[in-house]
Amino acid sequence: MMDCKQATRLMSQAQDRTLTFRERVNLKLHLLLCTGCKNYNKQMDFIRKTIQQFRQR
Amino acid sequence: MSQITDATHNQSDHNNHQHIALLRDEMLRFATLQLRDAVLAEDVVHEAIDAALSSDKFTGKGSIKSWVFAILRNKIVDVIRGRIRHPTESFVEDADELDAQFDERGHWKKSQQPANWGSPDVILANEQFWVIFDICLNKLPENTAQVFMMREHLGLEISEICKELSLTSSNAWVIMHRARTQLRKCLEINLMQGERFE
Repeated sequence: MMDCKQATRLMSQAQDRTLTFRERVNLKLHLLLCTGCKNYNKQMDFIRKTIQQFRQR
Repeated sequence: MSQITDATHNQSDHNNHQHIALLRDEMLRFATLQLRDAVLAEDVVHEAIDAALSSDKFTGKGSIKSWVFAILRNKIVDVIRGRIRHPTESFVEDADELDAQFDERGHWKKSQQPANWGSPDVILANEQFWVIFDICLNKLPENTAQVFMMREHLGLEISEICKELSLTSSNAWVIMHRARTQLRKCLEINLMQGERFE
């Protein structure tokens, strides 16, 4: 089972590369069970969205 | 007679100073674009203006602008060369900071666990948030900020960044991960403090 440390690394990398099928499955399973990482994942998307708006300001 | 020469000299000095002050905004825009770091750009422009004002090399040939920009350009090149010479200096050493968020089983420590920030649209609509965001962005270490901004602000691919800065892709991923983690933490501390945005 993937731990939070590995999961956060993958969630960040998912912003920069396509994860492998295996990575995606393991990450999905972890996110089902972990609120902290679920929040972290939303925050990664939020940060990207924020920079996009920041650029247009 | 010498008094008159002095007065003329002072007058032209005064004009030069005014010219340079007017160029400041333009210099800042140029430096920010080159360095992708507003704080660093501010420093470099400041140094260039200091150098220009304390030097008496300007002879009046050519324009003040091109003279001052030549000084600025040299300062910027120095900074960029310094970065390339030590590309991974501040990148590699502190894996601890990332690790410190987790316990020995690799799970979030209670105090470090990411919170629910609520609706992104609500947060982004709040002017106060953008002040916080700016502060947090400027807190990133220089090397980290450069890579982060190349990726997120300029939209470059990791492969392009690696080529330009002679990094390996795993190096670049670690840097990006660190940047996002630091930014996330800084935002969370500020967002969760005080009242939530409404």
